[in-house]
Amino acid sequence: MTTDQAVDSVASTISSYLETKAGGPVAHDADLAAAGVLTSMVAMEIVVFLESTFGVSIVGRDLKLDNFRTVDSMVALVTRLRENPDNA
Amino acid sequence: MTPRLTVLGAGVMGTGIATLAIAHGIPVTLVDIEPAVLDRARGSVDRQLRHAQLLGAAPDVPPGELTTSTSVAGCAGSLAVIEAVSEHAEQKDKILREVSGIVAPGTVLISNTSGIPIDELAASVERPDELVGIHFMNPPYLITMVEVARGPRTSDRTMESVRSLLDLVNRRGIAVHDAPGFVTSRLLHPMINNAARIVGEGVAGADEVDELMAGCLGHPTGPLRTADLIGLDNLVDSLFALHERLGDPHYLPCEHLLDKVRAGRLGRKSGSGFYEYRS
Repeated sequence: MTTDQAVDSVASTISSYLETKAGGPVAHDADLAAAGVLTSMVAMEIVVFLESTFGVSIVGRDLKLDNFRTVDSMVALVTRLRENPDNA
Repeated sequence: MTPRLTVLGAGVMGTGIATLAIAHGIPVTLVDIEPAVLDRARGSVDRQLRHAQLLGAAPDVPPGELTTSTSVAGCAGSLAVIEAVSEHAEQKDKILREVSGIVAPGTVLISNTSGIPIDELAASVERPDELVGIHFMNPPYLITMVEVARGPRTSDRTMESVRSLLDLVNRRGIAVHDAPGFVTSRLLHPMINNAARIVGEGVAGADEVDELMAGCLGHPTGPLRTADLIGLDNLVDSLFALHERLGDPHYLPCEHLLDKVRAGRLGRKSGSGFYEYRS
């Protein structure tokens, strides 16, 4: 699998998870906070989902809401943590 | 040595209160009779601490240390002891009686009851002037306001200690007089009960009830999402406790709510309630 394909697959896994939360399609650049999907409780559920699905741990400075506002920002976070697992 | 807080009961509220204190750098001893519950609580506190950080709700200080114990014996030197066991007067009586015999005079005893009158609980303690109610909302580490219930025998000095404690964890308290359900439970619980009744009668689905209450009346999440967060079993216990003391049949939990509890659908903590939850 090329890097692009890997990124696509992360993105589609994340968006299908979010679609169950949003009750409809989720554009990869849609602001989930503005759409009312990223509530305080859902935000933490997303963190746990990303960690268990992609085997990453999201800690320290990465634990901020901005990283979870869009599918694109979550893909960027997961990709970075997978490439540098020690640089959390 | 930093003064330590003792929290009794490692359920949803006990772990949430422990997280609040730990996030503010205060060490906590969390006590429960079940070792398995304490094991799970460690994981919950860790996750809740990250939740608070994620939402910018934790100050930038090193977290306090969490100690767990199956015995209250270590609570003697605590800054304060917070009781967060189930909403059954007998259980609260038992634990408050035990703790009151151990702590030094001057140690504030706090009940996180959502509605059992403080003066009723005061019968269990040696120094009723040192007992006070702080009704934390779930999740305690995210909601910045608490309801403080002052019993008729609660002293000024105890109220002063409560203010200092709330300052330490950056919470604002509104003090009210003692009464069944105080203010928040007396208003919220019958509303949730009626919302459940409406769903049981088929007038509307849970999501429609919540959407209407949020969209038309400005409720942040809707009463049934709130119910799932509180825990439907706790809600039923609180409603019975309110009914027992106020007599109004409106407080008796409706069949739809009782059915959910009998089916083990207790809300978020069990994975389903009025809504389904994953992860």
